[in-house]
Amino acid sequence: MITELGHFALLLAFGVAIIQTIVPLVGAAKGWPGWMAVAEPAATVQFVLIAASFGALTWAFVTSDFSLSVVVANSHSMKPMIYKISGVWGNHEGSMLLWVLIVALFGAMAAWFGAQLPTSLRARVLAVQASIGVAFMAFILFTSNPFDRMMVPPFDGQDLNPLLQDPGLAFHPPFLYLGYVGLSMAFSFAVAALIEGRVDAAWGRWVRPWTLAAWVFLTIGIALGSWWAYYELGWGGFWFWDPVENASFMPWLLAAALVHSAIVVEKREALKSWTILLAILAFGFSLIGTFIVRSGLLTSVHAFANDPDRGVFILAIMVFFMGGALILFAFRAGAMEAKGVFSLASRESALVVNNLLLAVSCFVVFFGTMWPLVAEMFFDRKLSVGPPFFDAAFTPFMILLGLALPIGSSMPWKRAYLGRALYPLRYAFVAAVAIGGLAWAMQTGRSLIGPVGMFLGAWVLMGVVIDLAQRTGRGPNRLARLFRLPGADWGKATAHAGLGVTMLGVAGIYAWTVEDIQVARYNEPFDVRGYELTLRSVSNSNGPNYVATTAVIDVVHDGVFLATLMPEKRFYPVAQMPTTEAAIHQNWKRDLYVVIGDEQENGGWAVRTYIKVMTSWIWLGCTLMALGGLFSLLDRRFRVAVGARKADKPAKPDPVPAE
Amino acid sequence: MKHLVLILMLLATPLAAVEPDEVLSDPVLEARALDLSKGLRCPVCQSESIDESNAPISKDLRLLVRERLVAGDSDREALDFIVARYGEFVLLKPTFGGANWILWAAGPFMLLVAAGVGTSYVRRRSRAAAPQDEGLDADEAKALREILSK
Repeated sequence: MITELGHFALLLAFGVAIIQTIVPLVGAAKGWPGWMAVAEPAATVQFVLIAASFGALTWAFVTSDFSLSVVVANSHSMKPMIYKISGVWGNHEGSMLLWVLIVALFGAMAAWFGAQLPTSLRARVLAVQASIGVAFMAFILFTSNPFDRMMVPPFDGQDLNPLLQDPGLAFHPPFLYLGYVGLSMAFSFAVAALIEGRVDAAWGRWVRPWTLAAWVFLTIGIALGSWWAYYELGWGGFWFWDPVENASFMPWLLAAALVHSAIVVEKREALKSWTILLAILAFGFSLIGTFIVRSGLLTSVHAFANDPDRGVFILAIMVFFMGGALILFAFRAGAMEAKGVFSLASRESALVVNNLLLAVSCFVVFFGTMWPLVAEMFFDRKLSVGPPFFDAAFTPFMILLGLALPIGSSMPWKRAYLGRALYPLRYAFVAAVAIGGLAWAMQTGRSLIGPVGMFLGAWVLMGVVIDLAQRTGRGPNRLARLFRLPGADWGKATAHAGLGVTMLGVAGIYAWTVEDIQVARYNEPFDVRGYELTLRSVSNSNGPNYVATTAVIDVVHDGVFLATLMPEKRFYPVAQMPTTEAAIHQNWKRDLYVVIGDEQENGGWAVRTYIKVMTSWIWLGCTLMALGGLFSLLDRRFRVAVGARKADKPAKPDPVPAE
Repeated sequence: MKHLVLILMLLATPLAAVEPDEVLSDPVLEARALDLSKGLRCPVCQSESIDESNAPISKDLRLLVRERLVAGDSDREALDFIVARYGEFVLLKPTFGGANWILWAAGPFMLLVAAGVGTSYVRRRSRAAAPQDEGLDADEAKALREILSK
């Protein structure tokens, strides 16, 4: 019964979304306030209906209702409750429902908090947002209905993919979707502004929080995924340049560019048409990501519903939204004349450089991801484009970005003097060179990755510190002033520091990882770079829906007992799949990463040990980046501006149109 | 039930991919082998290197790499040997040959284009101010002369 209600709620939401797409658009075109006013209640109703539908599906998973085919394929009565719930989005149908739920959530939030938007812009934004909902609800209802029933309900389910039964991965998809779909808001604002024919500083201020939120969610989602890959796959890798990873990374890069270019629109009324284009493309890459995951066009460890029909449907959605938006852009972009004037050396120019590097690096990732397809179609070559290509082709852009960041971020608006911007950074440069040199001197190999990475990370971090110090001005009370800096300044500093910290971590793991494979015998210690490991015992035990083989390994470092590590491998009998659970001893310098392999024929167990230098810095950096975004979001400017606009609304009903 | 589960577990695929018995005794050769196998893709998996894969064919490939190195092949020769048998699909790092130059040139080319467009945009923005500073236009000059001549 609840299932039928959920299905029905989804159908109703589909109808509401169609109304929300058409009526406000017509209203805004004709200037009929009554028609425009339909958008807000419709957005709320649509959200409530989809939430009810999603709730019904969750209920089916929680109660293990095996009359639903999705539940049969992705759940099992013995599974822990948290994975029953995460199973809702651990499959194609359910994750699409989560996707439209988030589209509707963002739409409803724009309706609830968008009171200060001009009426026609708000109506159009909500209509465009609803049209995205319509397309994806049609996709769900016609090609992948989660409420499909089984003719004969089986006794039990087939279990969720064991790799997905992990706390890190339970929350990876919702965050990613919040990010992907959050970009739909930037897209809706961009398209609405194109229809409206005006982009001004206020528009920049409205778009930025949505993009920032989407970027924060994407950062968290990607970091969770990479952290999970690190400890779960058993290779100690954190990024594989897999097509689907790239699919989430490309919108992240563009969202990062968009967050920066929207500042220029807001503060200086320049880069308008470029910002609009970025907003369209960022969401476009979200759609491409969805397409890659669902169509099976590119083989990937993630692809979970390889169905050509679905692929064609999503391709049609993508062509409609991207084609439509880009055509609109081609016609209207000319109207977005820039106002702000700035010199060659200025923060505006620095942000242009930021945007160029981020956009081109995104293009490189896109090209590399798609190349196997192109090569097979046009050159009849079956080839692979793997990590070595991306490492070589992508890294230079990040190096340039890291080099430019401290210089650009310390420049003032309008007119800067390169010398004046560089002067305070001289200590940062010397210190960074010293740290890079130290890394060079301490390492044994002749690889440049480590020293260059250390230099870059240190350069970015010191740049942040010096920038903050400069912002406090001169004279007494600088410390007090430091803490009174606006949230946006703290956000910028934290996020940039996060990038620097991540760079250090990535350089460390790439340059100085030590790998060791041994046959370990009971109570016979072996040495890995000064760490003495001793296998004490190996035992079997039963988990809720798996059996585990757990090794107990004592680690002694410099004659001092360090830790007892318990690496595990699990076997999930229902899904017939093994997984590894690495044991990791973390500190700020290195991760000691131990994996247990197989029992050997002539006694002993295979044990793989990795010493991964500075690995925890990668995720510390990601956390800082997300926090930085959050600080920026909390800046009172976003809220004060709301109040100010309300106050002068009667006098100035419409914002000044862009020329 | 418990016994059944244990039996199933023993039948499960091994998880350690690079197994201890594969490791060469010569550390220099082993390091070269590891280096090469990181750049070789498991032919039946999805974007995993043979080092990270549990598939039997990956084990064969790892052994093949080591065999070639022990036989005295250079890194280049060993790779050529494997590509001749398994196709360039197994190379995670695409070659520069044929149309692949497009792939490798795409990034730098795009950067040049972007830099060109960006520079011209920034130049336009910085010049936009210039006319205002360059004194008066014809009408204003006329008006000024009139005022001054009064």
